[in-house]
Amino acid sequence: MTEPDDTRGGGVHELKSEKTRYTLTNWLLALFLIPTALVMLLPFIWMVSTSFKLAGAVFEYPPTWIPRPLVWQNYPQVVEILPFARFFFNSLFVALSVTALQLLTCSLAAYAFARLRFPGRDALFLGYLGTLMIPGQVVIIPNFILLRTLGWIDTYQALILPAAFSAFGTFLLRQYFLTIPRELEDAAVVDGASYWQIYLRVILPLSGPALSALAIFTFLGQWNSFLYPLVVTNSAQMSTLTVGLNTLQGQYNTAWTLLMAGSVIALVPVLLVFVFAQRYFIKGIAMTGFGGR
Amino acid sequence: MAFHPNVRLRRREIGAAYGFLLPNLIGFAVFTFFPVLAALAISFTDWDLLQAPRWVGLGNYRTLFTDPLFGQVLKNTALYVLGTVPLQMALALGVALALNQRIPGQLFFRTAYFMPVVASTVAVALVWRWIFNYDFGLLNSFLYMIGVQDPPNWLGSTRWALTSIIIMSVWQQVGYSMVLFLAGLQGVPQQLYEAAEIDGAGPTARFVFITLPMLSATTFFVLVIGVINSFQVFDQALIMTQGGPANATNTIVFHIYRNAFQFFKMGYASAMAWVLFAIIFVVTLLQFRYQRRWVNYD
Repeated sequence: MTEPDDTRGGGVHELKSEKTRYTLTNWLLALFLIPTALVMLLPFIWMVSTSFKLAGAVFEYPPTWIPRPLVWQNYPQVVEILPFARFFFNSLFVALSVTALQLLTCSLAAYAFARLRFPGRDALFLGYLGTLMIPGQVVIIPNFILLRTLGWIDTYQALILPAAFSAFGTFLLRQYFLTIPRELEDAAVVDGASYWQIYLRVILPLSGPALSALAIFTFLGQWNSFLYPLVVTNSAQMSTLTVGLNTLQGQYNTAWTLLMAGSVIALVPVLLVFVFAQRYFIKGIAMTGFGGR
Repeated sequence: MAFHPNVRLRRREIGAAYGFLLPNLIGFAVFTFFPVLAALAISFTDWDLLQAPRWVGLGNYRTLFTDPLFGQVLKNTALYVLGTVPLQMALALGVALALNQRIPGQLFFRTAYFMPVVASTVAVALVWRWIFNYDFGLLNSFLYMIGVQDPPNWLGSTRWALTSIIIMSVWQQVGYSMVLFLAGLQGVPQQLYEAAEIDGAGPTARFVFITLPMLSATTFFVLVIGVINSFQVFDQALIMTQGGPANATNTIVFHIYRNAFQFFKMGYASAMAWVLFAIIFVVTLLQFRYQRRWVNYD
């Protein structure tokens, strides 16, 4: 493949023509990597394969990779058994809402921290930074109690609001805004632009990479989040996909074909996002170190 | 803060600043800052949410350190961190070094290694449960095929359950560290290799004397993040084993979850969460402290 490599910071390789000729060593290296890459993909292949099998066929020895007969029924069945469409909608709605709210509130706060001078700024920023070191498990208990007191358990507010004001997002965007040259704002200032206009017309349009990195990782983190929705929801109506899948496991412990069909459904959206936004993922991680678990 | 000649402009700036800050600040205060303080207060109480919280001082912390189950939970988590992080890092470095060459199919390889990172742990933990299945799982079928007569009952045995979860986690995390290593490798100046080659250094010497030291800052970062994340392992333990068998895969966060949301021991669980924070904090601090011995920031 001759696609330009995004993680490379330029240099020697880019001077070469697009059609690179690989040396023998490089071919051998690729050959050597194939088995390990297959091991990485195997669980996914196995998941997809099992999801197209008849329930009885999963216990075959030796295991078969291509289901015979190949059946579709597990997919409609898993959607029927559980309110899967509802889970899917909940996950999507929560992930999109949190992402939108974070982009908005974090970029606003980040602009204030990066560009405006006000009393208490540094102390406040330190407060934000300090909470970054505290693992989420510490605050999940008081948050649960708070949501319970408000009567919000099992609501969208409970799933969305606590995640919508991330200190990390504010920190990430502030660091990025600081790298934007001030001269770019000067012209707007001379024209009498308000702070709001500068934020909207100068800062945001220049912050594409940071905003997209934050958006992708927030969406992904929310889509895959498990402990938190597990704690703040208790009805099937409000379950997200991850929690719903786990319920399926508890109820139909040996229904592997259904479990795998459900898992495939949960994976498809993120894998699609990943395949299409691959460059942003990899750049985003390299830029922020974010995205780990 | 610089002196502002015009008081009105200065007021305008301060007003604007709080306006920009407010939406985030309110949410941050309500859902992060005060909960942190509340968590500290709760950890000094005995509270089941039904009756009023009862102040017990350091009682919860004292109980923790005499509770043999918490001892085992700590040990499991430590073993998990020690098993996952080095293995995952070594594999990631190897793959990153290979992918840093111009090899055919680079995009395919990168996608393959990275897919487990974006996948939801719940979904992939389910398929791994199936792979580790004693009677019909993929792994044991393979082991039979190559002639292993008595393959382990992976998730069902106290001896192998934690190892199984480590294997799954290494598989899941390799791609993430690989991306960080790949980014780090871009920062190694090509001239160093060229100079070393002229001096007659072989590939091993170049790796040991150029790549490793030049990559040490990245390695340090990958290590710190990896350790922090691994101490918080939860999803795998819940999905694959429910902490069992016989607590063999019960981890700190799983134990917190169970105490808080199944037994409703809010105070005890909060105390445990703070102990987790303290452990992560001290381990991270120690890593920063000793980084000077091996990390190179030139």
